[in-house]
Amino acid sequence: MTRTDDAGGGAGWLALFLALALVVLAFAVALATAIGDYRIGLGTVFLAVTNGLGLTGAEIPPIEASIVWDLRLSRALVAALAGAGLALCGAILQALLRNALAEPFVLGVSAGASTGAVCVIVLGIGAGGLSLSMGAFAGAFAAFALVALLSNGATSGPNHTILAGVAASQLFNALTSYIVTTSGNAQQARDVMFWLLGSFGGVRWPDVSLLVLVVAASLGICLWMARSLDAFTFGDEDAAALGVPVARIRLILFGVTAMLTATIVSMVGAIGFVGLVVPHAAHYVVGPMHMRLLPACAAVGAVFMVLADIVSRVIVAQQTVPIGVVTALVGVPFFALILYRSRPQT
Amino acid sequence: MSVVASNLVWGVRRKTILSDVSLSVAQGETLGLIGPNGSGKSSLLRLLAGLKRPQSGRALINGQDIATVPRRKLAQQVAFVQQNAATDTNVSVRDVLRLGRTPHRSALSGWSAADEAAVTGALAAVGMSGHSAQAWQTLSGGERQRVHIARALAQAPRVMFLDEPTNHLDIQHQIEILRLVRDLDLTSIVALHDLNLAAMFCDRILVLHAGRVVACGSPGEVLTEDLLRQVFRVEAEVSLSADPARPHIRFRAG
Repeated sequence: MTRTDDAGGGAGWLALFLALALVVLAFAVALATAIGDYRIGLGTVFLAVTNGLGLTGAEIPPIEASIVWDLRLSRALVAALAGAGLALCGAILQALLRNALAEPFVLGVSAGASTGAVCVIVLGIGAGGLSLSMGAFAGAFAAFALVALLSNGATSGPNHTILAGVAASQLFNALTSYIVTTSGNAQQARDVMFWLLGSFGGVRWPDVSLLVLVVAASLGICLWMARSLDAFTFGDEDAAALGVPVARIRLILFGVTAMLTATIVSMVGAIGFVGLVVPHAAHYVVGPMHMRLLPACAAVGAVFMVLADIVSRVIVAQQTVPIGVVTALVGVPFFALILYRSRPQT
Repeated sequence: MSVVASNLVWGVRRKTILSDVSLSVAQGETLGLIGPNGSGKSSLLRLLAGLKRPQSGRALINGQDIATVPRRKLAQQVAFVQQNAATDTNVSVRDVLRLGRTPHRSALSGWSAADEAAVTGALAAVGMSGHSAQAWQTLSGGERQRVHIARALAQAPRVMFLDEPTNHLDIQHQIEILRLVRDLDLTSIVALHDLNLAAMFCDRILVLHAGRVVACGSPGEVLTEDLLRQVFRVEAEVSLSADPARPHIRFRAG
């Protein structure tokens, strides 16, 4: 295969890949909508969706229409968007920090979100007025601000930023543990734990709209800066020598990833591993250039998360396993395979 | 394009690394930058290329203060070849050369015929045409160095800064690379460790010692036995017999 271009000869291959991914995604979403304690046929799912969109007026049982449209479809779409967003964040951070282990939570965002959530669940800060999501969002951004401060804005090197992220994660995890152990009861601790591992239960259409907006905007900004991200291949100084305004790009893209991660975490909890594993998988298929890598990451991340959500609902009868558990259990063997296949051939 | 620096001062915290450095390089000239380790060669190159901001003084390219030129505009005219560039990303030689076109492409523009010609020509200029599809990770140190010089050429600069470009190269490729740099129709400033290579290929040589310019002139003027003793602390015999303009240095074992 000769990759001649990121927007020419290779574009056909990328387009084919993305088209294929979208078909698989549509099928996975349909499956996620059909499967559950109350099983619904795929034909009914299709009609319920077209009814919901106002395209058809088919006669289907109202209960099934409601399950499909009000509960499961929104859940599946949030899963797809969260997967796409987390994978996108992972790809951006791996490029900016030049570290294959970077993922959305490396900047302390998930630790901050959990502290924020715990403040709301356990301490009851802003009870009523402040929801769990808003607390998590505030915590995530507090962590990000701390990391930005510790790493000197955006001017210091990648390792410095990662160390600042580790320090922030430790601090916020300690705060979370402190609050839970000193003032929480067993039930509250369990709630926090469950929330931290991620759950798509309870998401509704307004969540979908918000996430569509945030994910689409982030993807757009990142694609606009894709060339600049490529220029980071040989480091910050090299990017500067290629005409990239390094500090500005870093600040904008860190901001975008923090915003996107905070939004996702505050909605569905801290779902690990997607941001780490998906960019590597996408990289393996479409190569390292970001104009191709970023859309591929979003597509693969979406499919991966919807499938993980299906697994989380069917693996134990009558019970939903936390999504973070599934992403790790499914992701690790897959990741091991990629690591094995892409080892240096020397 | 000419490169001019006037009274550049730069340091880290309280340590001054460059003090009061001035120089002037004419269009098409090749200036060699020599000096012991830690004399400030790399820092000076970075100030001249606009990668670091001087604490005081100015660097001008074609009469324009580079502090006032936007980063991308600057990169369209100035290329910088760092030493020992490295990455963990699995990129091909071609991918690396394509990066050289970054300052000439807008955010969403496609790959033009001019881009293609620049990349192909640059790869041929360093004798790496056959390696286009090869993974960068599998190249030898010398091949990587040549690819990075090719990338700088693909950038189609008018001025090129090279930080010890002959590192890791065998003698054949050291000479090839410097011959290439000398024959290019652009202004180049090259930091070099090998004094004989500097004498062979540079139009003029600038000697840095402890952050100050101690000599600047033709190889014959600059490379004297006294200077080698004072700046590099070595005993050497400078022979002008083969070519008075290109002295040859023979170091004494002591």
